[in-house]
Amino acid sequence: MRLKYPASIKIILVPCTGKVDILHILRAFEKGADGVYAVGCMEGDCHYNSGNLRARKRIEQAKKILDFAGIGGERVQMKNLSSGEGPLFARYAVEMHEMILEMGPNPIKMAKKKKAA
Amino acid sequence: MMSLKTPSRLEKVLASKHFAVTSEVGPPRGSDPVIVEEKGKLLKDYVDAVNVTDNQTSVTRMCSLAACIRLKLIGLEPILQMVTRDRNRIAIQSDILGAASFDINNILCLSGDHQSFGDCAHGQNVHDIDSMQLIQTARHMRDEGKFLGGGDIKRPPKMFVGAAANPFADPFEIRIPRLANKIAAGVEFIQTQCIYNLEKFELWMEKARDRGLHEKISIMAGLTPLKTAGMARYMKKRVPGMDVPDEVVKRMADTPKEKQGEEGIKICIESIERLKEVEGVKGFHIMAIEWEEKVPEIVKKTGLYPRPDLK
Amino acid sequence: MIIADKKPVEEIIDMVKGCKKILIAGCNECVTVCEAGGKKEVGILASTLRMYFLTKKQDVLIEEVTLERQCDHEYLEEIRGRIDRYDAIISLACGVGVQFMAEKYHSMPVYPGVNTCFLGANEQRGLWTERCQACGTCILATTGGVCPIARCAKRILHGPCGGSTNGKCEINKDIDCAWQLIIDRLKALNKLDDYEKIMPLKDWSTDRAGGPRKVIREDIQ
Repeated sequence: MRLKYPASIKIILVPCTGKVDILHILRAFEKGADGVYAVGCMEGDCHYNSGNLRARKRIEQAKKILDFAGIGGERVQMKNLSSGEGPLFARYAVEMHEMILEMGPNPIKMAKKKKAA
Repeated sequence: MMSLKTPSRLEKVLASKHFAVTSEVGPPRGSDPVIVEEKGKLLKDYVDAVNVTDNQTSVTRMCSLAACIRLKLIGLEPILQMVTRDRNRIAIQSDILGAASFDINNILCLSGDHQSFGDCAHGQNVHDIDSMQLIQTARHMRDEGKFLGGGDIKRPPKMFVGAAANPFADPFEIRIPRLANKIAAGVEFIQTQCIYNLEKFELWMEKARDRGLHEKISIMAGLTPLKTAGMARYMKKRVPGMDVPDEVVKRMADTPKEKQGEEGIKICIESIERLKEVEGVKGFHIMAIEWEEKVPEIVKKTGLYPRPDLK
Repeated sequence: MIIADKKPVEEIIDMVKGCKKILIAGCNECVTVCEAGGKKEVGILASTLRMYFLTKKQDVLIEEVTLERQCDHEYLEEIRGRIDRYDAIISLACGVGVQFMAEKYHSMPVYPGVNTCFLGANEQRGLWTERCQACGTCILATTGGVCPIARCAKRILHGPCGGSTNGKCEINKDIDCAWQLIIDRLKALNKLDDYEKIMPLKDWSTDRAGGPRKVIREDIQ
């Protein structure tokens, strides 16, 4: 559709959001990612039956860990849409981008910079 | 009937043609002996023996043994209730001897409610032996005069051994085999859980009679007068193993509040009169915890007063 | 198998206060199956702790390893070469593994990262329930294959007690009454007559009461 979405978003393609492991999410934040979100099919429409439901559960788990670690559970999100909804995909990207801008950078980035300094 | 094995008055009355009457006293949540004595005095001439509960519903109270001694000293005949929840086989034998040293001649062998119901829900439970094996132990100490470990007991206890039975617990079809088990283990008298569902109780008695169990031991029907409709509802919904039929709850609820206690006592009296006709019922165990003052009225109005003078 | 459950992270952080170089050691057996202490859980705990310490501006090294078992000398030996790098180990193995690790590495603090709960079975993913108390004298032959020691809250040998209601235990509607289960099994096996057998007093000396236990097999020593 050639819609625009912010350049800050890096896309990692997976066959199903069910493939996203909680360690993928946690390690992304460890390495300094400011936000992570999974975009999957509408609930009930998962191409692989319930992969997107598993993804949601893992994201909930990650939220708790990120809150505990002082990074902020809001930085990880689960989004659902159907494959034809290009404009919604772009809107999610913009929403995520703006939310992260407001939250500020991942505190780990600052801590790592300080350590290197 | 069989010849008497102990000096127990309860045993004597049950062996005679009279209905036996027992009641129950709950020790206080403290060390005041006067409370125990006052309750005992209310019951003294109206019962043949009095159960003293043992940390009932796992709420910590003065121990049954001490309260039994208090009652014995003012001339009542106590029934030592003993649960297996709180003591191992050493303490059990030891407490039995302690009771016997004060000539307490009746014991009721129970498992005990789980500690999670009480005030020390984080505590351990013991159950080194179960209530069936406690019956065996009490009989063994009396009849063989020996400890579980094999040694001889100097001045063995002379306990008349009882247990509880619940005709209303699940599963119903195992209740009579369980009663048979207790008899095989050596129990001599049974007090049932309090009865509100008379039909079910009569059915249970019928099954007991089918196996001749009513002749091997003495069955006493348990009763608790209802104080309020709220109490009836609570017992129906919240107490495991309790069967309160809807008609009973309705009867209490339809009665104006100030008359509910009176109605509860009426129901109790009617039940006793009906149960007198049930073959195999040898007595009545009237549990009126914290309402002991009503027991004399119930005993009198059911023609069970005065208690027989058996020398 | 042995069922364990993760300890709260706050509790673990409190245990390793002041430590700067931590090894998190998982186990590939029981705790992996009950998803409390396997490689995945090691990874999650490690990541969580790294992020936590980083945001708290504390410089703590967290490394990960998962051993085949922690209750066998040969697998614990595998980390001997690297153990000097650390000032604490968080072991996600069951209580046995934690202790064996501590015995082997005598001057290394070893902290438990899971609570070891019971011997149980996997009813479904995410639900494990107790079946055995390791009393040392198995009576399952007489109780239709259902254990009253492990599954009856009062471990009575002649049940059910008066609190059994609708096949459930008096302490909790979600707990099956073990004696109801025993009766149902005896019925299915046509052995209801066994119900009226009186069991002898249990010998608890083969249980915990007799002290820490041992099994010795001279034929294989």
